[in-house]
Amino acid sequence: MPDPIAAVARATPDPIARKVRGLSDRAIAWLFVAPTIFLLLAINIFPLIWTVRLSFTNYRANRPNEEVEWVGLRNYVRILTDDGIWANMQTTAHFLFWTLFFQVLIGFTLAWLINRKFKGNDLLTTLIVLPMMLSPAVVGNFWTFLYQPQIGLVNYVVELVTGTPASSFSMLGPGGYAPWSIVIVDTWMWTPFVMLICLAGLRSIPDYIYEAAEIDRASKWRQFWTITIPMVLPFLMLAVLFRGIENFKMFDMVVLLTGGGPGNETLLASIDLKREAFEKWRTGYSSAYAIILFVTVFGLASIYVKALNKVKER
Amino acid sequence: MSAYSVTEPTGRSKLVAGLLVTLYAVVTLLPLVWIISTGFKSGPDSISYPPKVVFDPSLEGYVNLFTTRTRVAAEEFQNLPPPETWYDEIVRDSGMVIAGPSRFGERFLNSVIIGFGSTFLSIFLGTLAAYAFSRFKVPLKDDLLFFILSTRMMPPIAVAIPIYLMYRELGLSDTHLGMILLYTAVNISLAVWLLKGFIDEIPREYEEAALIDGYTRFQAFRKVVLPQAATGIASTAIFCLIFAWNEYAFAVLLTSGTAQTAPPFIPTIIGVGGQDWPAVAAGATIFLLPVMIFTILLRKHLLRGITFGAVRK
Repeated sequence: MPDPIAAVARATPDPIARKVRGLSDRAIAWLFVAPTIFLLLAINIFPLIWTVRLSFTNYRANRPNEEVEWVGLRNYVRILTDDGIWANMQTTAHFLFWTLFFQVLIGFTLAWLINRKFKGNDLLTTLIVLPMMLSPAVVGNFWTFLYQPQIGLVNYVVELVTGTPASSFSMLGPGGYAPWSIVIVDTWMWTPFVMLICLAGLRSIPDYIYEAAEIDRASKWRQFWTITIPMVLPFLMLAVLFRGIENFKMFDMVVLLTGGGPGNETLLASIDLKREAFEKWRTGYSSAYAIILFVTVFGLASIYVKALNKVKER
Repeated sequence: MSAYSVTEPTGRSKLVAGLLVTLYAVVTLLPLVWIISTGFKSGPDSISYPPKVVFDPSLEGYVNLFTTRTRVAAEEFQNLPPPETWYDEIVRDSGMVIAGPSRFGERFLNSVIIGFGSTFLSIFLGTLAAYAFSRFKVPLKDDLLFFILSTRMMPPIAVAIPIYLMYRELGLSDTHLGMILLYTAVNISLAVWLLKGFIDEIPREYEEAALIDGYTRFQAFRKVVLPQAATGIASTAIFCLIFAWNEYAFAVLLTSGTAQTAPPFIPTIIGVGGQDWPAVAAGATIFLLPVMIFTILLRKHLLRGITFGAVRK
């Protein structure tokens, strides 16, 4: 039965009725949206345009009185032909790939287990989620303590389990472990994120689909690959999108764990960018660097979203 | 429900799943337990090998966190009047005297001011915009909404370069106002997207009924929509607060003194020969605990918050 009040409301001619009572809806809409748009223009878009402008100059922010020269595309050419920057891109790609790999693997497995609905699964879910809500800087800094070769908990546990002497290796020092150490901490922090999204995906699958499969005598294995995985896939892809963008921008946790070292082993693109911009003060050069990073993440994300929409349509 | 369901997991599979997840939870919580326990260790206990699980609790870390200390010459130390307070006594035990308060209190207060200030502003602006996007025909609505979201994709360092220059010109560097505006700009995308979702769920009929009763749009918004959206607004506010609370990159680049928040400060707590781990852990505990409590309070809306409202349970 239609709601009588709503019917009357819909029958009232909108513009005339509202004008009598003051501001029109259109005016209110603008009044409400304008402050937000204004703030974003001032603190996001204006700076972005400024960055683009700076990227064509040799400006240095620590020498504001020096004459600024237009250098055209020189900054871009130098960045794109710089071997060091390509090495950083590879470091970033390594970090991205392995963090996503482990987070998807462990996150999905956990969600799948939690979805057995055993007693206390709500409480455990809440506890498992805690690391991802905490400050990456404060937690990342504390992990350097856990990773200490002489006194740290990580090396101690490794010695207990494998018998390798704790002081014989350093997770953050030379020896090639550092790129994996940052993957471990990121996986520890963000696996719950993937887990939560997968759990929502698993819970969205209606029971009757499994019941129908059971009637058709489909094996559990087959049900998993033909029902569970395809139905969770859009959720999983969304989780990967969010984590991918975040980890491409990764700065705080890693800068406090390794600062990019040892050598340049964990020098992610945004840590390198910070050095160029705020330590070497090559403002124009680093603006071009920033634009290249932004275009890369935006481009990759757009392609990915297209793929995601295709999966959703199926 | 029938007595036997094919989709209900068997008792044994539940047990195995429960054990595995418990194991994961224990391992994943260990670093957090370690932070909290290190805060109550004495200096030597914190760096002993093998790491100490059982130890004499000490408040040294907390005292060191809030004070600065100096060493005095031996004979002068002998002639000092007896310690007046318990924290004086703890410092004397390590052969030092308290020189004054540390900066932790100020930094923590800055985190509170900037966190709440930017949250309030984000929610205020975000609620208005979300209401307009939810209820009115805004021209280019989808483009504007996407634009608001895309601002979140920029690496913070990339935005920090021009913001640094802009703030230097405007005198906003290292000020509370500057940081509040900046965090508001970062959080507003989350606020608008989440709040739009919450307001979309409130039936329009309520407001339309109020309009019929002679309310103006503003009154209907204030007296009908806002109370209905209260839970959504509260959980959105907590998400904004947690983001501002945890943020590091802008804080470390744009603040140095008066407006510096706790995250850039805690890693710089130095003791004799390196970081003073009990004090760092004490600071981390005080700093992380509110977020842990909020997370537990928020658990029902967590998924929605972290996905910008894309996934709802």
